[in-house]
Amino acid sequence: MPFELPKLPYAADALQPHISKQTIDFHYGKHHQAYVNNLNNLIPGTRFENATLEQMIREADGGIFNNAAQVWNHTFYFESFSPAGPREPNDALATAINETFGSFAAFKEQFTKSALTLFGSGWAWLVKNREGKLEIVQESNAGNPLKSGHTPLLTCDVWEHAYYLDYQNKRPDYLLAYWNVLDWDVIGKRF
Amino acid sequence: MAFELPKLGYDYAALEPHIDARTMEIHYTKHHQAYVNNLNTAIAGTEWEQKSLEDIMANVSKLSAAVRNNGGGHYNHTLYWTVMGPNKGGSPKGDLLEAINQTFGSFDKFKELFTQAGMTRFGSGWAWLVKVGNELKITSTPNQDNPMMDIAEVKGLPLLGADVWEHAYYLKYQNRRNEYLAAFWNVVNWDEVERRFKRT
Ligand SMILES: [Fe+2]
Ligand SMILES: [Fe+2]
Repeated sequence: MPFELPKLPYAADALQPHISKQTIDFHYGKHHQAYVNNLNNLIPGTRFENATLEQMIREADGGIFNNAAQVWNHTFYFESFSPAGPREPNDALATAINETFGSFAAFKEQFTKSALTLFGSGWAWLVKNREGKLEIVQESNAGNPLKSGHTPLLTCDVWEHAYYLDYQNKRPDYLLAYWNVLDWDVIGKRF
Repeated sequence: MAFELPKLGYDYAALEPHIDARTMEIHYTKHHQAYVNNLNTAIAGTEWEQKSLEDIMANVSKLSAAVRNNGGGHYNHTLYWTVMGPNKGGSPKGDLLEAINQTFGSFDKFKELFTQAGMTRFGSGWAWLVKVGNELKITSTPNQDNPMMDIAEVKGLPLLGADVWEHAYYLKYQNRRNEYLAAFWNVVNWDEVERRFKRT
């Protein structure tokens, strides 16, 4: 069974003005789709032909890793958004964020810093590590924290394609807007 | 002496329609300027303030990530602007053409291999034509690394470089890096590439 591009849980214009319809059309419709297509072209005849994305992320390298991880990362990224929120964490995740980072505001500041200082293309992540503690990690290019045994909770795509049409070189403006489209119910369930 | 953004030898619109004026302006005034500023901050108060950019490149293994990234960014963009120009394109001539033919079989084959280096660079980076001793090689580097760096896989003098960071083409070509790389041949300044080739 070939992999398929998962449906977006909202309309392409639902995240405006923070993320434009044009950005979603390219990011989801072209980039995400291309990773799916590339992966489907790469795996026939390899030991990953019937593997899950997670298996490929943990065990593959090269093109199969890159495309499998990018399929997973983009699905995880797009599913974190909704037009309505809630825009702040609640329940157990809120408690864990406050305990680890001091406050939601302090967490946002540290996560933003991680996203802004990642040089080149990649992803900033909030993860639950092997000890069950929250941690912010950076991954270059297609990097995914599953590979090092973390449980991903939240990610921000800082490849330039994620924000260039809307914000050009101003990655900080994209990061500011990012908090306005997150759905913390979705993120809380992952915790 | 702090590093400075070099003058651009042509207008932002000069490479239209292949590279649009808005991309040129943001690329040069924002991205390149930021590399220059961040490089100056990263070397402030160190002996590297007195050194040439080439010297810094040759020693990046001993320097901070900020110097490597921003020094590379400054070197690479400075080269990029000069190996492009208005009313350029066409093909190389003379000794350079001969060397390209000898190494790669033909100018078309060279373009194909250089494009492939740009297309297969996953994430951000550069495709290069490099002079290694007396030989030509095609290579690519991640992020702002380059063949002048002591950490480079293929070390030598870069003759031609294509920026394949998404910022180099996203406003006009979006996800279609292949179209940007096809358009790039219409703006290559082969006189400058040849001048670098003849450098000893
Ligand atoms: Fe992306
Ligand atoms: Fe660039």
